[in-house]
This record gives sequence, structure tokens and C-alpha cells, in this order.
Amino acid sequence: MARIDLKQLAHSYRRNPTSAGDYALHKMDLIWEDGRAYALLGPSGCGKTTLLNIISGLLRPSKGQVLFDGKDVSATPPQERNIAQVFQFPVIYDTMSVFDNLAFPLRNRKQPEAEIRKRVEEVAGMLELQEDLNKRAANLSADTKQKISLGRGLVRSDVAAILFDEPLTVIDPHLKLLLRRKLKQIHARFKLTMVYVTHDQLEALTFADQVVVMNEGQILQIGTPQDLFENPQHTFVGYFIGSPGMNFLPCRMQNGSACIGELRIPVGSGTEQLQGDYELGIRPDFLELHDNQVAGSHRVTIKEVEDLGNCKIVRVQLAEYSLKVKLPEGRDTPIETGYLGFPPEWIRLYADGRLLERSAQYQTQRGASI
Amino acid sequence: MNKWQDNKAWFMVIPVFLVVAVSAIIPLMTVVNYSLQDIFGPDQRVFVGLEWYKDALTDSRLHDALSRQLLFSSLVLLIEIPLGILIAMMMPKKGWSASLSLVLVALPLLIPWNVIGTIWIIFMRPDIGLLGAAINGMGIPFDHTAAPVSAWVTVMMMEVWHWTPLVVLLAYAGLQAIPEAYFQAARIDGASAWATFRYIQLPKMRGVLTIAILLRFMDSFLIYAEPFVLTGGGPGNSTTFLSIYLVKQAVGQFDLGPAAAFSIIYFLIVLLFCWLFYQALLKVGTGDKS
Repeated sequence: MARIDLKQLAHSYRRNPTSAGDYALHKMDLIWEDGRAYALLGPSGCGKTTLLNIISGLLRPSKGQVLFDGKDVSATPPQERNIAQVFQFPVIYDTMSVFDNLAFPLRNRKQPEAEIRKRVEEVAGMLELQEDLNKRAANLSADTKQKISLGRGLVRSDVAAILFDEPLTVIDPHLKLLLRRKLKQIHARFKLTMVYVTHDQLEALTFADQVVVMNEGQILQIGTPQDLFENPQHTFVGYFIGSPGMNFLPCRMQNGSACIGELRIPVGSGTEQLQGDYELGIRPDFLELHDNQVAGSHRVTIKEVEDLGNCKIVRVQLAEYSLKVKLPEGRDTPIETGYLGFPPEWIRLYADGRLLERSAQYQTQRGASI
Repeated sequence: MNKWQDNKAWFMVIPVFLVVAVSAIIPLMTVVNYSLQDIFGPDQRVFVGLEWYKDALTDSRLHDALSRQLLFSSLVLLIEIPLGILIAMMMPKKGWSASLSLVLVALPLLIPWNVIGTIWIIFMRPDIGLLGAAINGMGIPFDHTAAPVSAWVTVMMMEVWHWTPLVVLLAYAGLQAIPEAYFQAARIDGASAWATFRYIQLPKMRGVLTIAILLRFMDSFLIYAEPFVLTGGGPGNSTTFLSIYLVKQAVGQFDLGPAAAFSIIYFLIVLLFCWLFYQALLKVGTGDKS
């Protein structure tokens, strides 16, 4: 078990990176606390796997350091880092039995056979693989194979952290749930540091204590699922987390109101001093859609209603902008026109994609605050 | 749908059937026909039954050619398969150097077979050949036209030089198809280079190696042009392989009947060995015991 620190870490696959565009990972400082479960969430190609491979030692970072419990391991090869990694496609040694597969990392480390037997049986018990121990690994189903590759990580008693690289991609949906529960059990029992890479927000939010959202080689936000949902630090996080994602409207701030064309939307206290162009963000879940004009609401045209069974997604047109509103199932939606309310406590303001904190920063001019 | 309509599909097969008939079945049947007759001329032939088969099976020169052939093919497999894997594993995996090495490796495959024989005749000449003269220069007597051992070494070297590239290309393709995650997992599991080869690369190359072994066995078992150009089957009969012996009999002595019977036996031997290899290779490494 270990705490993992990334210091001033950056990586480029080019030998002599010159511009920022050459970097797959931009400079970052990050701490993975001992014994916690993290999810690394982001779209394909955002650098998640690169970051994971740097932690496991498969890649050597171009810049910066990786520390395990304060010890610099940047140049240590993966086999000496006590890291376990589970890959997207199950990696098993086809010609071996399940037992030999699980014993492989220990045999490579020349441990006594009696000890190996004990450890393998223990891990097999935990992963419910006892029945399969003598079977050939090649002929098993994808989820069992994935359990074996996880088991090869768990079998080592000195393992510092387990890294998962989209481990459930090839697993049948009904087995995903079982396997994910198994992972949580293992985490609860061993208190291992776990890093779970995924592009599926549901997987990330259910697995992790802390979710790290990445895009284009940068870490945009680290927080609990609730944080990510209520206070996205970046427009990308707002858009990426939640289904559907956050609504964004370009606006001009004036006297504590967001002006969108002719419309004025009050955004709450502490914003009176703001001037200039911003983006207004609000979750579809927090928008209010009324049948009749209510104080502070704005007339919208209803474009489309999608009934998802447990909720309705309504697409509305406000001036030239299209917004989505999430309504509880069973509520009637207005036909053709409705009135949209913006609760000020759920309105977030963004400048250059970054969230403006509701603090002293709000008092300053835009530009000085960033 | 009635039975007639169901069977109309057979008409669709007729073109293919005609092509196969003309190109394979009819010639094969002609050979079967010849093998049962004694042929003196176009109009003079006598039915002799299985006479030629009995002759062939008791022909000691044919037995010698067959054991020579088996030795040759075994050596070919024993050398070319491990060597091919070794070279494939040493080749660069990507970039311009990968393309370059592929082209260089494939060069011998692009040369016409009889030209290969000629190249090696010159290369191995004891007086002016680059290698032949060099070996003699070191004090080792070497002449592929006079000494059976020299002839064998030369034919083997030529065969290995000519055909190992095929094994390399197949093994290389097999290696390239292994997902990177396997090697990453092996590194994390602390596997040695040997363990990585034994438990990842070799099992993953099983399919292509099966094909490589079958192709190299069949080709080497049927080898004709290169040793014919190089040694003409000599000195003596020391490099007279089955096909060379067959041609000597059929063309040299114009003994069509015995040659036809011989061809059929030859064909059955190749078929038998390929089947045995294939069955064995299907089972290797899958843990099925039978």
C-alpha cells in the first residue's frame, strides 16, 4: 500500500517536444492518497492510459517525478514497483491453468512453492475461482479471465496499488455489475490504493471516492461525484458529467444579471461588479419549466420531448439557444410554449471555461480573476 | 419449395466444377490411368494392374530417395523454424527500419528458383566462388560437385537462405499481432525474457507456425529446381531427392507407367505427412490429450 505523488509530471511521445501540442500530458501535480479508490475519467485519447502507464512504470515520464510513499520511483521498472495492472482486454497466459496463471508473478519472484499455494488459494477464494483452478485459462469466459488478471495482481502480498485500465469494456452488462461489486469488496477489505480508468461516468461515479476528470492531457477537476455534479470547475466537466450534460449560454454580465440578448437572468448576490462576457452554466436537472408566466421566468419554445421512462428530457429554444431540461416522469410538459426559470443558486459562471468561485473573486474584474 | 427448386443451386457449381476438373481431376485421373498400364507408344499399351506399384514399393533406389528426402525435410524444419522465429524476434517492430528489414528479408523470395541454383553454383565454386574458395582457403576441402557432404551442406545452405525468410515473415506477422498489453502484463508480473517467449509469444504464434511448418514441409518435400540446377542429384545419387528421381525416371527413361505409379505414391506420402503434422499441431499447446 502506498501513497502516490506525481510531481511536475508531463509526458510527450515525441523525443523533442517543442510546442504544448506535442504533449500527451501537460504538467500536473497530483496526490493519490493511500488506500483510496480513484476513478480517472475522460474521453478516449485524453491521456488517461498514458498517466496510468506512467504510474505503473510501463512508460517513463518525459518530465517530473513519480513518488511512492515519498520515494522516487520514476526510473524503477514496473516489476520492482509492486504495482498490479488490469488491462482493457483480459491478459491471461493461454497455455497455463488458472492456478499457474495466478502463481506466475510469485514464481517469477522465486517464492517458495508452499507459500505460493497458500496465496493462490486465498486469492482464488476471494475471487470465487476455486472451481476453475485446474482448468485451462484459455477456455474461460471474458469475465473469469478478467478476474484472473485481477488475481495476478492481488496474489502479491506487497502490492502497492492496483491500476485498472477500462477493465469492464469487454464484459457482458449483467456481469459488469457483479464484477464492479467484487472490486468494491476487495477495496473495502484490503484498503488498497486503486486507480480506475474509464470513459463511462456511471462506472467512475459508482466505483470511486474521488473522481479525476481529464481532457486533452490536463486534469480539470478532482472531487466527489457530488462536487462534479454541482460545481463543475470547468465547462468540459459540466458537459461530460451528467446525462444530459450542463447547459451553457454565452452572456454579458451587467448589474448582477446575465444578459442574453434582450433577456436578463439574475445570477445571485456577489456578482454586481462583474462586467463583460461570460458563460452561464446550469444543469438540466435544476432548470424549472412552467406552464404559465412566473416571476423571473422566460418564454421558451418546446422543440422536443424525450421520455426516458424515469424522467423526461425536454429540449427548449430560448432566443437563439437550445437548452435541455430534465423533468420528473409523470409531470405534464407544456405544449409548444413554456416558461423557463433559472434558480440563481444553481447558476454557475465560467470565464474561459473555468468556474468563477462565488467568493471575493466575483468582486474583481474579469481577467484579473483568472 | 419443391425438391427440384432446392437442387437448382447445383447448376451454379458447374463452372467451378469444370475448372477444377480440367485443372486437377482429369490430369490426376490420367496419372492413375497411366499407372496401371505399360506404355510403349501412343497406341501401344498393356494393362498391368498394380505391377508398377509393387515395383515402386520394392525399388531400393526409391527407398534411398525417400529416406534422403525425409532427412532433408526434417533438417529444413529443424533449422528454418527456430531460425525464422529468432530473426523475426530480433527485427525492429516499427518505423522505417521495420519496413527496410522486411524488404531485405524478403529479397531471396523474389528470385526465380532456377536462378537461385545458378547463384549458389557460382557462390560455392571451389576455385572462384566467394564462399567455396574461402572454405578451401581455410584448408577445408570443399567441392559440392565431388563430395556428398559438401553437396548436402550447399543444398541445405541454399534452402535455408531461400526459404527461412518465409518463416520469418509469418512469425513476424504473428508477433506483431500480439497486443501490447500482454508484454506490459508480463513486465508487471516480473516475467523473464524466456518466460515471455515461452508463455506469450510462442503460444500466440501457434497459428502462423502451423502454417509455416506445413508450407515448409510440403515445399521441401517437393523440392526440385534448386538442387537440380545446383547438383543435378549428384555426386552419385547423394542429392537425388524424390522429385529428381521421379523426373529422371519419367523424362529420362520415358517410363510413364512406373513414373505415374511413383507419382501417386509420392502424392499420398505428402498428403499423409501433412495430415499427421496438422493433427499434431492442432493438439500442441491446447492441453487436449488424445
